[in-house]
Amino acid sequence: MSCQEMHELLDGYVDSELDVVTTLQLERHLKECASCRAVCHRYEQFTQGIQAHVPRFEAPAGLEVRIRTKLGLGKGRPARAASAFTDWRRWAVAASLIGVLVLTGTLLMLVKRRASPEMLAEQVVSSHIRSLMANHLSDVVSTDQHTVKPWFSGKLDFSPTVKNLAPEGFPLTGGRLDYLDDRSVAALVYKRRQHTINLFIWPSENSDSNPQTLTIKGFNIVHWTQAHMTYWAISDLNAVELSEFARGLKTRSS
Amino acid sequence: MAEEIWNKRTAKEVHKNRDELFERTVLPYLNSAYNLARWLTRNEHDAEDVIQEASLRAWRSFETFLPGRDGRAWFLTIVRNTCCTWLRQNRSPGGSMQVEDDFEAVGTWLDPEAVLIKNMNSQLIREALEELPLEYREILILRELEELSYKEIAKIIDIPLGTVMSRLSRARRELYIQMSGATGEMSA
Repeated sequence: MSCQEMHELLDGYVDSELDVVTTLQLERHLKECASCRAVCHRYEQFTQGIQAHVPRFEAPAGLEVRIRTKLGLGKGRPARAASAFTDWRRWAVAASLIGVLVLTGTLLMLVKRRASPEMLAEQVVSSHIRSLMANHLSDVVSTDQHTVKPWFSGKLDFSPTVKNLAPEGFPLTGGRLDYLDDRSVAALVYKRRQHTINLFIWPSENSDSNPQTLTIKGFNIVHWTQAHMTYWAISDLNAVELSEFARGLKTRSS
Repeated sequence: MAEEIWNKRTAKEVHKNRDELFERTVLPYLNSAYNLARWLTRNEHDAEDVIQEASLRAWRSFETFLPGRDGRAWFLTIVRNTCCTWLRQNRSPGGSMQVEDDFEAVGTWLDPEAVLIKNMNSQLIREALEELPLEYREILILRELEELSYKEIAKIIDIPLGTVMSRLSRARRELYIQMSGATGEMSA
């Protein structure tokens, strides 16, 4: 790759939008060309600077309510907090109502059946999005599987297999607890370039199954069961590389 | 396979429970939508008008929302189109872009000392971004704030996928030049 070509592809590179082959060619060029390396580094700083500083305008407080009214939708969240001087009797009634609700909820949860695979897939997508949105990707930040694995003990009723796939190009960056399928699950966080991969693991009664891939809301998902553990890997990474990730995990844990 | 089942299920929901689906797939992106409208109209009152109008359009055309698709990209497309119509009706068309063929290598305009990069702040970016033509503002917001993929951006602003990277490249350069101008003589 020439310097000129590198320059023309630079935006795609800093945005992780190039295909694997072109990315590798560009990176090979960067290794050999110090001046392009310097330009690329500065350009990355520049684009990251924009991302960090572009102000985001928040929608005004009443906008959602106004739109809901206009469209004839329900109120959504309660708009105001109750006054501190509300009669205590009301609180008592509210408290007993909440008690009844909690009880009903618990009973409902007890009779609720296991989530179907497609509902589970939806939950996985939501968890993944939430983990990225709330800036709560990892509770234990470490690239060392021997730090991450013990961290889960005492927090979960099973011990997840924690593998570092750095040699395969998927470095482990941390782990956290998550909640899926009505239970606490292990969430391991891996990286591939700028892409985050969430790997959810929990015990399953199902027999072993081969990886199945699906795409929901633009996220690629790979799902399989192995040795009485169910695995869900999700990322905005392309399907080919995510399958490679799953294969790496499967062979390494067997 | 599971996706098919999921899509079928969602398709049923679209008809059965329109309200609930709209609340779940569109309304959560009200902030993203408002932010885009605010940047495109450069005015908070106009942004609110646009969002009210866009929400109504989204609601009316919700049947065209394809099950399993991303509600944010879908809603942002409507917001963006509503903004464009609105700007045509209420503002002079001005601010048209220059011809899209003036590629300049990053190395030729990016300050080697990275002085500006170190001095970047919200105020500086905001003022510079507001000066840019609409086409550059929208692509920068969609990429840098919404972090949408080139493919999604191409769909939202209705340009060929191949044009996204080059326009983004120019938009970043224009933003940089605008900021350099605002901070005085930056050239070494």
